[in-house]
Amino acid sequence: MDEWRGWPKIQFESEMDPSFADEIASIPGGDKLFSCIQCGTCSGMCPLSPCMDYTPRQIIAMIRAGSRGKVLASRTTWLCASCYACSVECPKEIKITDIMYAAKRLAIREGAYPRHFGIPILANEFFKAVEKYGRSTESWLTVWLFLKSDPIQFFKFAGLGARLFLKGRIGAKRDSVKRRGELRSVLKVLEKEHMIKSKRELASAGKEVV
Amino acid sequence: MNYLYYPGCSSSSTGRPYEESLLEVFKKLDVPVSELEDWNCCGATAYMAISELKAFALCARNFALAERQSESTGATDMMVPCAACYLGLNKAQRYLHDHAEIREKVKDALDAAGLEYQGRVRVRHPLDIIVNDIGIDRVTSLVSRPLEGYRVACYYGCQIIRPYADFDDQHNPTSMERIIKALGAEVVDWPLKTRCCGGSLTGTAQDLGLRLSKMLLDEASRRGCNVVATACPLCQFNLECYQPQISRRFGKTVDVPVAFFTQLMGMAFGLGRRELGLQRLFVPLRDPSREKVAAGGSHVTK
Repeated sequence: MDEWRGWPKIQFESEMDPSFADEIASIPGGDKLFSCIQCGTCSGMCPLSPCMDYTPRQIIAMIRAGSRGKVLASRTTWLCASCYACSVECPKEIKITDIMYAAKRLAIREGAYPRHFGIPILANEFFKAVEKYGRSTESWLTVWLFLKSDPIQFFKFAGLGARLFLKGRIGAKRDSVKRRGELRSVLKVLEKEHMIKSKRELASAGKEVV
Repeated sequence: MNYLYYPGCSSSSTGRPYEESLLEVFKKLDVPVSELEDWNCCGATAYMAISELKAFALCARNFALAERQSESTGATDMMVPCAACYLGLNKAQRYLHDHAEIREKVKDALDAAGLEYQGRVRVRHPLDIIVNDIGIDRVTSLVSRPLEGYRVACYYGCQIIRPYADFDDQHNPTSMERIIKALGAEVVDWPLKTRCCGGSLTGTAQDLGLRLSKMLLDEASRRGCNVVATACPLCQFNLECYQPQISRRFGKTVDVPVAFFTQLMGMAFGLGRRELGLQRLFVPLRDPSREKVAAGGSHVTK
């Protein structure tokens, strides 16, 4: 009914999550989010905004409005290549890139990220490899990326891979740190730590949570 | 003056020519460089998207190892050639310094492995070190084969100067241009030198990634450059290795050599092709003095 004749789905206030903005703003320096004047400088600076489902300016507005589901499922946050052009230009000094990261982390934690989309898959594979070996090996990373996202791509890239191999710029050897145990014990301590405060933590800090 | 060297994961694969040429150039400059022992990944952009605290802890382990190593070498400045590593490590430094809560958590994590970081390490990019520590005069004095006829578009990419670097201007950086001019080459003035190349999007969302790289290559060649100089392994890889795909996708042949600025320095210093990893480039660097030069753009500055 809502998408009748191409009208966008209207979100009513009752469908919004009013504590979403506080969650995102709980990252260090994140409270600047509330000073956004919606000037659109971020969207103008962003080299990828023409390809995004929502522009960075829209994402900021949606976070403040509490459009939790749409933001976490959007491709925008993942398309952000972290070039920091928006953060540098923002007249209100909002760390937009870090807000994108916060949304990505929430989406991963809650499993809300877009499926069959290469970018979160790459992030996950990269994370797993570094967790285990302490270093990333580009050849293995790309193999896993293609197998898990789009196996056809694997064949498209085979030629490039072969050229890189012949030029000595890619190899099959796994790169790894020597003291893997040491690294693992460092990371293990932070297993359950997150910089974004959960709704329960926000509530205990006295923020109004619905 | 000596430095710790943090290679980063790409130094052993796609960024191999960068490492080879960088180390040769520093040998020629007579500046000792010692690799950080058992360094681990900086976390890059992907790790940050899953767990920021762990990404900071990864960086902190490197700092702790660096401090330990500095006791024997005396070097606390860590040279980081890769743009993503440079940003990741710099970001970790800022957050560890500015936010006590994060500092405490990371400290606990390091404690668990018997490591300690006191905050003495400085993260430096080779561009910064060459321009501000070693000096352009020293570079000029070593030039034995000036790069005559080369018209270079210096490409910094995003993460070296944005948002944390303090050694250059965020909108119009000039350190690479100063180095390239000292080598006897001409510098092409172009506006996209800090625009994003697409990063890992060339692998994950290829249509978009290729488009970003194409814009950069188009603009650079329109302004009459005959080589693009980069300071980041991923930028170099995107701009160079995807040229066949870009040509196919957009129906226009792109054929611009893309080299690391350290390779150009090495050439001017008279170092050999293999020492500089020039044989690993996909688009060979052609000697402009032997080529008929097409009319250049009007933006070439001497």
